[in-house]
Amino acid sequence: MTDQTAQIFMDTNADLAFRAKWYSKRALIYGALVFWAFVSLFPIYWTVTTSFKIAPDVMQGSLIPWVDFLPQWRGWRSLGLSPDTIFSTSTVREEFLKRFTNSTIVSLSASLLAVVLGSLAAYGLSRFSYRFGFMKNSDISFFFLSQLILPPVALALPFLVLYKELDLLDSRIGIILLYTLMVLPLVVWIMRDQFRAIPVELEEAALVDGLSVWGAFLQIVLPIALPGMVAAFILALVLTWNEYFFAALLTSTDAKTLPVMVASQTGSQGINWWSMAALSGAAIAPLVVIGIVLERYIIKGLAAGAVK
Amino acid sequence: MAVPGQSEGDQLHTVVSDHMSPSRILAGRALLWLAALQLLVVLIVQVLHKLEAISIGFVNWRPLLYAYVFWAIALCVSQVLVRGEQGKRALFVLPAVLFVVSMVVFPLLFGLYISFTDWNLSSPTGPKFNGLANFRQMSGDPFYWNALKNMVYYVLAVTVEYTIAFGLALLLNAQVRARKFFRVAFLLPLMLSPVAVSWMVGKSMMEVRFGPLANLGRLLGWDNPSFFGTPELARMTIMLMDAWTFIPFMMVMILAGLQALPKEVQEAAKIDGATPWQGFWQVTFPLMLPVSITAIVIRIIFKLKLADIIINVTSGGPGGATDSVTSFIFREYRDRSNVGYGTLLAMVYLVLIIIFVTTLLKVVNRWTRQFHQEGAG
Repeated sequence: MTDQTAQIFMDTNADLAFRAKWYSKRALIYGALVFWAFVSLFPIYWTVTTSFKIAPDVMQGSLIPWVDFLPQWRGWRSLGLSPDTIFSTSTVREEFLKRFTNSTIVSLSASLLAVVLGSLAAYGLSRFSYRFGFMKNSDISFFFLSQLILPPVALALPFLVLYKELDLLDSRIGIILLYTLMVLPLVVWIMRDQFRAIPVELEEAALVDGLSVWGAFLQIVLPIALPGMVAAFILALVLTWNEYFFAALLTSTDAKTLPVMVASQTGSQGINWWSMAALSGAAIAPLVVIGIVLERYIIKGLAAGAVK
Repeated sequence: MAVPGQSEGDQLHTVVSDHMSPSRILAGRALLWLAALQLLVVLIVQVLHKLEAISIGFVNWRPLLYAYVFWAIALCVSQVLVRGEQGKRALFVLPAVLFVVSMVVFPLLFGLYISFTDWNLSSPTGPKFNGLANFRQMSGDPFYWNALKNMVYYVLAVTVEYTIAFGLALLLNAQVRARKFFRVAFLLPLMLSPVAVSWMVGKSMMEVRFGPLANLGRLLGWDNPSFFGTPELARMTIMLMDAWTFIPFMMVMILAGLQALPKEVQEAAKIDGATPWQGFWQVTFPLMLPVSITAIVIRIIFKLKLADIIINVTSGGPGGATDSVTSFIFREYRDRSNVGYGTLLAMVYLVLIIIFVTTLLKVVNRWTRQFHQEGAG
C-alpha cells in the first residue's frame, strides 16, 4: 500500500522528462510571442523615439532614450506641437491640423454613411426576398460583395475626369463618396452575418405588437446589432483613415488628407528625420489609440466575416 | 431600373392589409415622372450648352448631379407611395443599390469610353477616339507586362504570409498569460497607414547609413545593407513591409476560426494517441480549411490593390522591379497625364483580376470538395 502511494507521488524519470519538455515548449511559445511582439512594436517605438532625437543621435543610431541620447523636442517643435511652441502661431501646425481635420471628417463621414447604407441593405437582404429584374437576393449580395475585387485604379481615372466635370475634384464630398463606396462591401459582409444571427421571432413579435417593418428594425433589431455596427464602423474607419491612392489623385489643396501630406513630406529630400518621425507619429497616433482601446471590435469585425 | 418585387421565401413574414388609395398611387407615379423629367431637362440643356447650340446652361455638370440625386430620392419615395408595404421593404436595399450602381457602373462605362481615346489631360485638345491604338501600345509596353509579372510574385507571397499568420494565431490560441497584450501588439501594424509605414520602415529603419535594420544587417555580416539595391532584394523588401502590415489581418481571421473549433474533436484526437503534429494536420488544419480559404482569398484581393508602399518607397524602382500594376498606372498618370492609356491598362487589369478571382474561387471550391471526400473516404 505504502509502496504504491510512494510511487504515485514520486516523480519518475518519465515524469521529469515530460516536465522538462513542457517547460521547453512553454519557453518556445513565449519566445516566439515576445519576438513577434517586438517585430510588431519596434517600428512604432523607433518612430516615437526618433521624433525626440537630434542629428547626432540619428547618425549614431541611438535607440534608448536617456541612456543612449537625451530626448529633445526638436521634431515636435518643427510641427509646432512641442510644449514651448504649442501656443505660438505656426504655419506647419496649421497645415497639419487642416489635414488632420480633413482626414477626420472624411473618414468619419464615409464610415458612417457606409454603415448606414450597408446595414440597411444587409438587413433587407437577410429578411426579405427581392427581385431587381433578373437579380434575386443572392445576386444582389454578390453584386455588393463583388465590389471588393474592384481595384481602385480602375475607378480612379474615370473619377478624376468625372469629378473635374462635376466640380467635385479636391472636395471633401467627392472623397467621402468614393471612400463610402470602397468600404461598403466590407460593411455589407460583416452586417449580413450580424443580422443573420438575430432570430426573426423578435421582429415577428414586434410586428404582432403593431410596429411597422421599419419600426421593428429601428427599435428592436438595431440595438441588438449595435456592437456589430460599431465593429464595421471601426474597420471602415481604419481603412478610410489610411487610404492614400484616391486621395493622392483626387485632392490637391483644400481636401488633402493626412496620408497625402505625409507622403509629400517623405518625397522631399531635405526633410529632417525628427520632423518626419513626429509627423508620422502624429498621423498614426489616432489609430494606434483606437487599436488599443477598441481592439475587441476590430477582432469582432474581422471574425464576423471569417467564421460562418 | 426594374421594380423590386417580392417572391416567396421571406425570412420575416408580415400580414399587412395595405389600403392603397388611387390618388396615392397617382401621386407616387407623378412624382417619379416629374423627377425623371427634370433630370432629362437638365441633361438636355447641359448637353446643348456644351455643344454650343444654346447659350443658356451651367458652368459645370454639377446641377446634373443634383438632378440625379433628386430623382433617386423621388424613386425611393414613390416606391413607398405606389407599392405600400412592399415599397417600404424595398427601401432597405434601394439606397445602397442606387449608390453603388451610380458610383461603379456609370464610371466604369465612362472609363471604357476613355480607354479607347488618346486623352491626355495636359494636352489642349480633348479626347479623340483612337480605336485599338492603346491596345497596341500596351502589347508593346514592357513595363506593364513587367508589373503584371511582379503581381504574380506579390500574390505568391501570400502563402508565406498565411503560414506566419497561422503560426501566430496558434500561438495566441495557446494557453498563455498576457494574451490580451500580445493580441493588441500583434494587431497594431494593421492600424498603421501604408504611407506612414513606408517612411517608418522603408525610408528610415532601412536607411543604409544609420537605419537600425541596416545596422543589424551590418552586425550580421552584410557589408552593404542596401535593401533596395538589387531588383530581387527590393521586391522582397516591399513584400516584407506589406506582409508586416497585413499579417495581423489574416491572423485575426484564423484566430477567430480556431476559437470557434469544437474542443471535443481535438481532445478526442489527443485521447486516440495523436501527437500534436498529427493532431494539427489531421484535425485542426482540415477543420480550418474554410476559414483559411476565406482569409487567403480576401488577402489576395487586397494584395491585388497593392500600391501605396511602392509609390512611396521605391516608385517602382529599381528599373520597374517592384512595380505593381496600380503603382505603374499611378505614375503613368502623374508623370504623363496620360488618362486614355492609363485607363485602358486599368481596364485590362480589372478584366484579368475578374478572370483570376473567378478561377481561383472555382478551383478552391473543387479542391475543398475533393479534400473532404478524401477525408471521408
